Amino acid sequence: MNPASFLTPVLHDTLQVSLPLFRTELALAVTVVLVLLVRMLPGLRRLDSGVVALGGILFAAWYAWSDLRGLPGSPWMPDAVGPERVELFTGLLVFDPLTAFLRFLLTGFLVLFAVFTRITGIPDREDSADFNVLVLGATLGMCLMASANHLLAVFMAVEMASVPSYALAGLLKGRRTSSEAALKYAVYGAGAAGVMLYGISLLAGSLGTFHLPTAAARLAEMGIVGFPEGAALVLALGGLMVGVGLAFKLSAVPFHFWAPDVFEGASAEVGGFLSVASKAAAVALLVRVALGLSSPVALEADMVPAASVVLHHADEAAAETAEAGSSVTQASASQRRVAAQFASLKQDGDGQEGDASNSEKPATEAAATEIVAGATSAAVMSVDEQRIGLALPRYFIVALIAFMAAVTCTLGNLGAYGQTNIKRLLAYSTIAHAGYLMMGVAAAVALAGSNPSMAVSAVAAVAFYLATYVFMNVSAFLIVAVLRNRLRSEEIASYAGLVKTSPGLVVLMGVVLVSLIGLPPLAGFVGKFLIFASLVEASSLPAEGSILSALLIVGGVNTVLSLFYYLRVLKVMTFDPPPSDRPQQSVGLVSLSGAAITAFVVPIVIFGVFWSGLYTLAHLAGGIVS
Amino acid sequence: MSQPAFWPLTLILFLPAIVAFVLSLPIIPKAREELIRWIALATTAVVFVISLMLAVPALGGFGGSQFAVGDPAMQMVVKMPWIDAFGIEYLLGVDGISMPLVVLTTFLSVLACGASWNISKHVKAYFVLFLLLETGMIGVFISLDFFLFYVFWEVMLLPMYFLIGIWGGPRREYAAIKFFLYTLLGSVLMLLAILMLYFNSDVKLLSDDQLIATQVVSPLLDEAGQAEAIAEIKAADSAVHTFNLMALAAIGQLPDSPFSQVEVFGTRLEVLAFLLLLIGFVIKVPVVPVHTWLPDAHVEAPTPISMILAGVLLKLGGYGIIRICYPICPGGGLELAWLVCGLGVVSMVYGAFAALAQKDFKRMVAYSSVSHMGYVMLGLGVWSAVAGREYAWESWAQGVNGAMFQMLAHGISSAGMFFMVGVLYDRVHHRNLEEFGGIFGRMPVYAGMAVAVFFAGLGLPGLCGFIGEVLVTLSAWNYSYTLAAISAFTVILTAGYILWAIQRVYLGAEYRGPHEEALTPMNSRELAIATPLVFLAIVFGVYPQSLFDYVTPSVNHQVETLAAWTRDVHDADVRDANGESDIEQTAHQAAVDHVADNSGVTTP
Repeated sequence: MNPASFLTPVLHDTLQVSLPLFRTELALAVTVVLVLLVRMLPGLRRLDSGVVALGGILFAAWYAWSDLRGLPGSPWMPDAVGPERVELFTGLLVFDPLTAFLRFLLTGFLVLFAVFTRITGIPDREDSADFNVLVLGATLGMCLMASANHLLAVFMAVEMASVPSYALAGLLKGRRTSSEAALKYAVYGAGAAGVMLYGISLLAGSLGTFHLPTAAARLAEMGIVGFPEGAALVLALGGLMVGVGLAFKLSAVPFHFWAPDVFEGASAEVGGFLSVASKAAAVALLVRVALGLSSPVALEADMVPAASVVLHHADEAAAETAEAGSSVTQASASQRRVAAQFASLKQDGDGQEGDASNSEKPATEAAATEIVAGATSAAVMSVDEQRIGLALPRYFIVALIAFMAAVTCTLGNLGAYGQTNIKRLLAYSTIAHAGYLMMGVAAAVALAGSNPSMAVSAVAAVAFYLATYVFMNVSAFLIVAVLRNRLRSEEIASYAGLVKTSPGLVVLMGVVLVSLIGLPPLAGFVGKFLIFASLVEASSLPAEGSILSALLIVGGVNTVLSLFYYLRVLKVMTFDPPPSDRPQQSVGLVSLSGAAITAFVVPIVIFGVFWSGLYTLAHLAGGIVS
Repeated sequence: MSQPAFWPLTLILFLPAIVAFVLSLPIIPKAREELIRWIALATTAVVFVISLMLAVPALGGFGGSQFAVGDPAMQMVVKMPWIDAFGIEYLLGVDGISMPLVVLTTFLSVLACGASWNISKHVKAYFVLFLLLETGMIGVFISLDFFLFYVFWEVMLLPMYFLIGIWGGPRREYAAIKFFLYTLLGSVLMLLAILMLYFNSDVKLLSDDQLIATQVVSPLLDEAGQAEAIAEIKAADSAVHTFNLMALAAIGQLPDSPFSQVEVFGTRLEVLAFLLLLIGFVIKVPVVPVHTWLPDAHVEAPTPISMILAGVLLKLGGYGIIRICYPICPGGGLELAWLVCGLGVVSMVYGAFAALAQKDFKRMVAYSSVSHMGYVMLGLGVWSAVAGREYAWESWAQGVNGAMFQMLAHGISSAGMFFMVGVLYDRVHHRNLEEFGGIFGRMPVYAGMAVAVFFAGLGLPGLCGFIGEVLVTLSAWNYSYTLAAISAFTVILTAGYILWAIQRVYLGAEYRGPHEEALTPMNSRELAIATPLVFLAIVFGVYPQSLFDYVTPSVNHQVETLAAWTRDVHDADVRDANGESDIEQTAHQAAVDHVADNSGVTTP
């Protein structure tokens, strides 16, 4: 093959398709470099690296926002013509509504987080550059997690997000608990990553591809034809092992042990970062992998890169647009017809179909097809057929996620009972919330098999929950950090009677905790309501219904269980008498930190009452199921 | 589209919450306790006056809205979109069932606010929470959207938790968390039922007239607008789910209703949903065996909160059963009639015996609430229980009317009893029945009023407690002689514990217990609270029609509808299922007649 014919489409794909849709990550990467440069170059050393970082984050957030609101169907630009689903870098990543939503969520969180860290004073000036580089780097990895479309990209993204997190956990130099936390986190992380990589190799080995949509098509094929001998076992094992890696990132039971120790050892700031950003990315990745392996992508698999090439090609070459565009559309339309024909005939005609479509394709498309060569055969099956073929893997995935969700939620809530340290308590709380989120994912996967429009709502429920979770946990950790600076303690007992000196702060903490319990009219309730709603909807499915109804009951019981320990914190703050030796320093709301906390907490109330707008956005993100 | 009732209803609903928010801001310094008390009292008074103006025709209405007494339909409906994606609406309205309860709530709030005058700890926080609680209570009574209903239902929890937990007695923390846990457990079950009903509902099943009658399509629209809205609903490709309580009820009463077709966990949805909702509501009522939070909460709560708890919160459960359980899941109601009636009778008897055994005055009153609310459950239960024998709705309606009256009467008498206990407790700082005695001699006016209120609770003819108990017992007779007999005999137990308490506390030799010197006559504030309660207890006893004018039209309409449903839909299905045996029976009868004719034996 002529190397040019291979390189040209790759270059084209990279420069004209992928990079423009990758600008959020690029902005983050550039910021990382800039922050490092500020530190190294003598002239710039006096510049505050935090300001540089904040500038970069704002750029990234702006890009993420423009991508998000440019999505088709977005309420801000009714006539938006942005791409709905584009594979980037020849299928390694994917840009779709969920990517856009998560990118905006993560970068938006970074903006809040930058404000947070400047208020609480960790990191100090000296560590600021290191801290910012690590946070930005980790976020970059998390953005990749949210858009991974390829098993290798999954692994790379997880590592890219994890390694800076290990260092962040150990940021408080000279504190034993902090170093211990970092070491524990790193060792656990390395173990989980190794297992995950092994699982990936098993999956890729038996399916012959790393590309998730192609892998799904292969699975569907196997599902219809019958799994080859032994393959089912290897696939199940591979799935379990990938699950281990994901469970570690999600801090799902039984891979949650690191969470309380890391949260306790690391500073509250890092805890906030890990509990929100890391969790959001992990949930997104779980959605990607679970949905990717269990539900077919609506586009014919071999058309994905081709279509995107065409789209941007048409933009570029204005002169040729009309002609080329129309001819290509015709070509792809006829190709779809051919595919459909072959599907209906169910002939074993791979070669024939390849010939047929090749003869009609422009050269660029043919080359692009080669890159994802595995995808061609998948085109034989229609989406509906694939959906049927995937019944068994889907059942396996739903059962696995549902089981982990139930265990995670219950143990997370029960584990929180005995905690005396607020950060450990919040760690268990994040574990429990990972459980609720996984319930939503289980429902989404189950529904994707039979009722895609409801699966959209299920993914939307998860996305909504994540968005509100950002505000709840950032506020919780910010309050903990502010109180740590005042009281020099993170023990729950030291909060006794705070309502006397800082009533405003206690009210805000109350709002956060009650929202975490999930009581209306706060945002936490809406998230839970949406997840329960999708579980109820999924419980009428014939195959997975019984699992999901059981999950629904577990979720209900857990809501009641969680009441105790959240209220205990509130009880200590309000009912108990304050210790006599506490300095009478109050945290008024008319201060910088008070204002910031208020600004973070107010959205919890607003999204609890007027959640239509945010839900529309989340529903957009749910559009990945089709 | 102008909605005349928007401002009146929104105002009584959110005025307390808005004032609470303003109070919580640091505009008014914490130290100005007197000012805060007056602001709270003024707020509750304004809300009460508005609700009264809305309810009583003689007062001329408020803001152009006026409740039409005697009209069974839902009135003053406010309908605004809230969350489009789920069809959730800001849907408010009142009918004969909810209007009296709303007025009861606002009325008791004023009295409880007055009774809160001697709260001296964290005054500001207390009144902020108190006002939030009032918004929650009113919201539950006037919401017609299930989601909105649930939101208000939960909104009440937190203020109540803190009101008991901060201002309560020695075991307040335990009582507060127990109250919270029980209610939250119930509401989680309710949430599951709500979601199941929502996802199985489909307003497309309703006829055009029903769509307008149930406010799915606002009747305030002009003809063209209505036609357009109906066409839009009918054109949807998939089911159009709804949280609208009236629409859910209409769907639940359809022949071949989805609620009776769908099976969840091997049970019909209407039965399961009825059960889940019932558990959620009876925890609030409360009935035995989920009543145990009530004595603790009552004993630990400060007096005004006990008044609200007994006077209003317990009514929320009964209201939920009337408004939601029966209309939406009538099939479940028929199936589980024995359960509802049984729970009612068990609570009645158990509550009465438990009250007899108490040494703590307030605990005794708390158990009397359990017993009295048992009548409510029985009255609601017999409604569906007599089905299958005859379809004369009048005899069923008697039970429901009795239950409604019992709720309102109990709202007056129990709030009064708790207030009377509180007055005594404020003076002598104990509630031990054994140590009282001879209060009559020291505080004659107070003791006279207290005895009147306790007699109202006892159910003495001529006082408000009598009417409800009699109606419920009479209607239970149609269903089961045993239950009717038990409920009639419970009156003796009630008389037992109330008379015994009166004897131990008010009669007897002069009081020689702790804080003897503090037994001063009631002050004017206390008199101002006690007098209206005593007055109403007498008025409703002598002239119950004043309440029945409101309650009966709506209750009768609902019962009539459900009686027709039982005859035409439910039993029609059963008859179809037994179709063969019916034919056989007819044939047999014909054969018998034939034989009789042939034998020449004349039958009269």
